[in-house]
Amino acid sequence: MTQPTPTLRTLVDPIVGSNPVTVHVLGICSALAVTTSLSTALTMSIALTVVIAAAAGIISLIRHHIPGSIRLILQITIIAALVIVADQVLRAFAYEMSQRLTVFVSLIATNCIVLGRTEAYALHNPPGPSMLDAIGNGAGYSAVLLLVAFIRELFGAGALFGINVLPLVADGGWYQPLRLMLLAPSAFIILGLLVWAARSLWPQQAEARAFELRHQPRATET
Amino acid sequence: MASPLALWKRFLARPNTDRGKTLGIAFLVAIVCGLSVSVASVLLRPFVTANVEAERLSLMTAMLADLPGIGDILADAGDGAVEILLVDLATGTLAQGIDPTSYDPIAAAADPEASTALSRAEDFAGLGRRENVAPVYAVRRDGALALLVLPVRGKGYQSTIKAYLALEADLDTLAALTVYEQGETPGLGANIVDPAWQALWAGKQVAREGEVVIEVVRGDSSGPHEVAGISGASVTGYAMTDMIQFWLGPAGYGPFLDRLRAGEQP
Repeated sequence: MTQPTPTLRTLVDPIVGSNPVTVHVLGICSALAVTTSLSTALTMSIALTVVIAAAAGIISLIRHHIPGSIRLILQITIIAALVIVADQVLRAFAYEMSQRLTVFVSLIATNCIVLGRTEAYALHNPPGPSMLDAIGNGAGYSAVLLLVAFIRELFGAGALFGINVLPLVADGGWYQPLRLMLLAPSAFIILGLLVWAARSLWPQQAEARAFELRHQPRATET
Repeated sequence: MASPLALWKRFLARPNTDRGKTLGIAFLVAIVCGLSVSVASVLLRPFVTANVEAERLSLMTAMLADLPGIGDILADAGDGAVEILLVDLATGTLAQGIDPTSYDPIAAAADPEASTALSRAEDFAGLGRRENVAPVYAVRRDGALALLVLPVRGKGYQSTIKAYLALEADLDTLAALTVYEQGETPGLGANIVDPAWQALWAGKQVAREGEVVIEVVRGDSSGPHEVAGISGASVTGYAMTDMIQFWLGPAGYGPFLDRLRAGEQP
């Protein structure tokens, strides 16, 4: 087997090996909120990937001239501007979808994945690799979102992309929808199981314990 | 004097720890980001407003479609069934020269040029100012008016209540009431959005001997001019009464309704 080229690795590594959601456990809030259906998850994924790629490209282009003392506020300004533009585009051309996503598109600005990648990678690398890394991270986030949304929509509503696949009891079929799947806790459960599965498959993903457990509890004083 | 390009190069060549460069870069990034956000927002605004308007209309059409007899008219006539008319409230005539699709009554009410201050005695709805020109929606059957929908709003207990009031062709019978925006107390006043409560309004008479008397009462309704109030939501109930009496009265759509009753065709 040939080793993948570094370029390809930049792109592919964040999808599984260092996935921002399952490995770094970032961007959980939006991953919970928009995964009740595949269409919202897909829109959110595309919006985040576009924003993160553009932000990484722009920040990487001007990286030699970003003063260290104000680098975070500059990055947030650029990211926030891109997010507002993305939100406006959605409201103009996919209004119904933007109503379903409510504030979560605007909240991409506070999504740790975006600032995390620009701060950790785009600030130190040329635009090409930075954008590839950003797209890879966007794809990793998207993969998790789509997987969670697939499970939640299929079992919660018996549908995929709003199209009914499991015949519902209400329509004379046999499938009784699992209402829990449409509530926020189910996203926690699925994400937790996903992280557990990923870390069992690839044990190197599990981080070392930050604090050892106290094996001998302190004796209670009488 | 160095050329601007050389000055720019000198600026970029300064070390990143330099205070002038820090300020300059911060300023530049802010300007560029601000500009791009403004440009995007201005360029896309027509699309966004069209979308918002379409949604409001579809909510209203959904309300109309649920009314007996009206749903069929809408289905027969297709998209053009609901006509927007702009009414000059003071005279009750149709306003000319304004595009109904882009007219925003809420913005107009805030604009001193396009609104009228209300005296305390006539302002039961708690609006402060009222726009001079307000939209109404007409549904026609075979050319004759079948339903008139009036957007109304007023101050509730802790929010502004916005609703559509649908009057039947006799302009006295209420066909439906739909509250589409409110922020009243959840579980109490907010029950005004409950379809079961809104259904109480259908078939009520708004006026007795030319005077608007319809009201929300405590306890059960005892006549065609009374609607049973929601327990624990007296203030919201009074607000609904005041809002409807205001908008159907002389400071609201009253002059327009009088003209229609006198036989004028909208």
